[in-house]
Amino acid sequence: MFSLELLPEAILFGVLLGCFYAAVSIGLSVAFGLLDVPHIAHPAVMVFGAYCTYVLGRYGWDPILSGLVLMPLFFVLGMGIYRFYYETFEKRGSEAGVRGLAFFFGLTLIIEVGLILGFGVDQRMVEAAYIGQSLRLGEMRIPMRMLVAFSVAVLLTVGLTLYLSRTFTGRAIKAVAQDEPALRLMGANPVRIKQWAFGLATGVTALAGAMLIIVGPVEPSLDRVYIGRTFAVVVLAGLGSMTGTVAAGLILGISESIVLMMFGASWAPAVAFGLLLIVLGIRPQGLFGR
Amino acid sequence: MRKSGTPFWIGAAVVVGAAALAAWLITNEYYFFAGYIVVTFVILATAWNILGGYAGYVNFGTAAFFGLGAYTSVVLIQSIGAPLAVQILAAALLSGLLGFGAGLLTLRLRGIFFAIATVALIVIMETLFINWRYVGGATGIQLLRPSPIPPFESYTKMLFVGQVIMAVVAVAVARYMETSWIGRGLRAIRDSEEAAECSGVPTLKLKLAACTVSGALMGAAGAPMPMYLSFVEPASTFNLTYSIGALASAMVGGTATWLGPVLGALLLSTIQQIVTVTISNEMNVLVVGVLLVVFVVAAPEGIVGLLRKLRRAK
Amino acid sequence: MTGSALLRVSGVSKHFGGFTALAEVSLEIAPGERFGLIGPNGSGKTTLINCISGSLRNDGGSIVFDGEEISALPAYQRTRRGIARSFQVPRPFSSMPVVENLVVPLEYVVHRGSLHKADTRAEAMELLHGIGLADKAETPSSRLTQVELRKLELARAMAARPRLLISDEAMAGLSSSEIDEILKILFKLNESGITIIMIEHIMHAVMRFSQRVVCLDAGRIICEGTPAETVANPDVQRAYLGA
Repeated sequence: MFSLELLPEAILFGVLLGCFYAAVSIGLSVAFGLLDVPHIAHPAVMVFGAYCTYVLGRYGWDPILSGLVLMPLFFVLGMGIYRFYYETFEKRGSEAGVRGLAFFFGLTLIIEVGLILGFGVDQRMVEAAYIGQSLRLGEMRIPMRMLVAFSVAVLLTVGLTLYLSRTFTGRAIKAVAQDEPALRLMGANPVRIKQWAFGLATGVTALAGAMLIIVGPVEPSLDRVYIGRTFAVVVLAGLGSMTGTVAAGLILGISESIVLMMFGASWAPAVAFGLLLIVLGIRPQGLFGR
Repeated sequence: MRKSGTPFWIGAAVVVGAAALAAWLITNEYYFFAGYIVVTFVILATAWNILGGYAGYVNFGTAAFFGLGAYTSVVLIQSIGAPLAVQILAAALLSGLLGFGAGLLTLRLRGIFFAIATVALIVIMETLFINWRYVGGATGIQLLRPSPIPPFESYTKMLFVGQVIMAVVAVAVARYMETSWIGRGLRAIRDSEEAAECSGVPTLKLKLAACTVSGALMGAAGAPMPMYLSFVEPASTFNLTYSIGALASAMVGGTATWLGPVLGALLLSTIQQIVTVTISNEMNVLVVGVLLVVFVVAAPEGIVGLLRKLRRAK
Repeated sequence: MTGSALLRVSGVSKHFGGFTALAEVSLEIAPGERFGLIGPNGSGKTTLINCISGSLRNDGGSIVFDGEEISALPAYQRTRRGIARSFQVPRPFSSMPVVENLVVPLEYVVHRGSLHKADTRAEAMELLHGIGLADKAETPSSRLTQVELRKLELARAMAARPRLLISDEAMAGLSSSEIDEILKILFKLNESGITIIMIEHIMHAVMRFSQRVVCLDAGRIICEGTPAETVANPDVQRAYLGA
């Protein structure tokens, strides 16, 4: 039920959640929004990252540290995936669109089942000093883990946005999204740039996975609800817009939080997908779309 | 100038005749229980291929249409005790409407947005039915089978033969769409939607038609499910397995003709039965996933394509 | 120009976000005319064509074809009313053989509603003969050379039996004799009464072919006149060579 007293807390929680959603979606914003790769497997890769963090956690590693260490490894993985995708599908034109989609779908299945076979279907968690504690802010209680995820999310988003707008490679990435032939004429190799960008997106996803397991326990099927959340954010943002990703994340986070408060957990997964359908129906180019 | 349909219809009659004969001669119900699932996937894969293979719009939401069909039956059984034929027709109608509506919302966009929207459909449908007490909510509902229609003595056998007939109908519909001017238009859309539109093809209308027919067939396939299991609940009814099975069957079998989904469904369902029973359910999904990736990468025209190449090489 | 223009474009604008691709473009084309559209890269030629054919919707202004306002019509309905176009980068139906590419417009435009009476394949073969592709009829269209692809683009547009045919840079990158081949085809079409808009960069082709020429630059018309007038126009020269 709707409670005016609980509303501020719900909104605050929604803001923290929203920034977290923005951060986990930002890899997809690059991979799909800028590079036009039908990367349905993005959430699955993130869940995979969460499990890697879990494994490192068993050796006592702090999850954020794990995430940072995993980033370069995932970067290389991402470059490999893109290379394979490019050679097999993108080169061959429009027919390949369907097959590329099916490929990433198959990849999602393989990752999800691989995780089930490796870790079982039970939920896994990590432990850290900041997980389990809450901060008191007047009448409201804010879980520490949300604050941590929020901080990391902000740093990540700001960092990536700055990278894309200030550095040479970053701007090349944005350029290749807008006008590939022009870039080619300037002497840059679009495939190399896209490969780098995809690697970057995947590297960022490693950290997103770490945040995922900080925010809550993970299980192999978590990727399914995050397909809805990440794509809802990316589409609502408008393809390729980094600032849009933050705004869209906030909208999703707050909506989910309020629905959670009013109707309970059984309705929450539908929020992201419902939002996605509404955006696709009314304004498919999103808030800041090209 | 059309190829003669006679061999096809003869083949169809043989298939239905064989099913009826089997129902008469074989007593072990397990074969029909398992066979029902295999035939269901033939229908789902065929239906999927109308939109996914012919027009090139990948649909991940088979489970949504299938589940809607199943729950339509539940509502009809609970409210007026409707017979099976009515359930199937109503399910086809409602799922067709869902296909039309979803298509209207998303088919004006690019393929991947349609694909993601279909995932959304499953989640939304599942959420709706979880929260609807009349059909059992999250815990599900148990149903009593009525007596089978004579000459059938076993309800399972009756459902199996019914499903075989439905499969023949589905394949006939797909075959008609494929070989007619409709199929040509869909292929033009798949090859280059913009050029198709400029060549006079009403792309949105054709896509909507494909989406509606596809959804209706999927719903019809789901209608007998409640009676088959005597039990329905949202999680297993709106299960991604149906979406995976339909998509993978069509892509592994070959998306260009109606034969591909049939072969693919037969193959994958058989594998599914064997692996799930001998190893595990998860391993089955893994096998399907690997097969999908392998075929999509190495044999894009599916089994049908491979067979064609073999024939040419001889 | 007074009298019945076949195509009347009035004040058409098109924006992409903050970028204005077309700014209040107006022109008229008479039936049977050979009309040339030139302009430097990025001047809006293809955007204008897309607005006329229906691949894009214009943001402002009106487009009247044969007395009917068509701005709100989807592309396939404009094709059925008699506007056909070829694509700058050829877009064949690559899963189909060459002849089947032509069957599509024949089935969906010309013989709509009377398919059982038509022998679309024979008609398609006739068209292929006329354009010199008959021996490639059963070849998968994905295997054609550049010239053949361009011819197929034109043939497919012709198969819709248009009254207005828009040829979008059909000659780019072709050899001199290939250009002559395409020009011959276009002249022949025009003789049979089809109005033709030609977008081209190859100046001698446009000037040989067109009765009137319009030059676009940065979304505006900067010159309209005979080929000779256009070539001599200082604004046109500046647009092509830079300020």
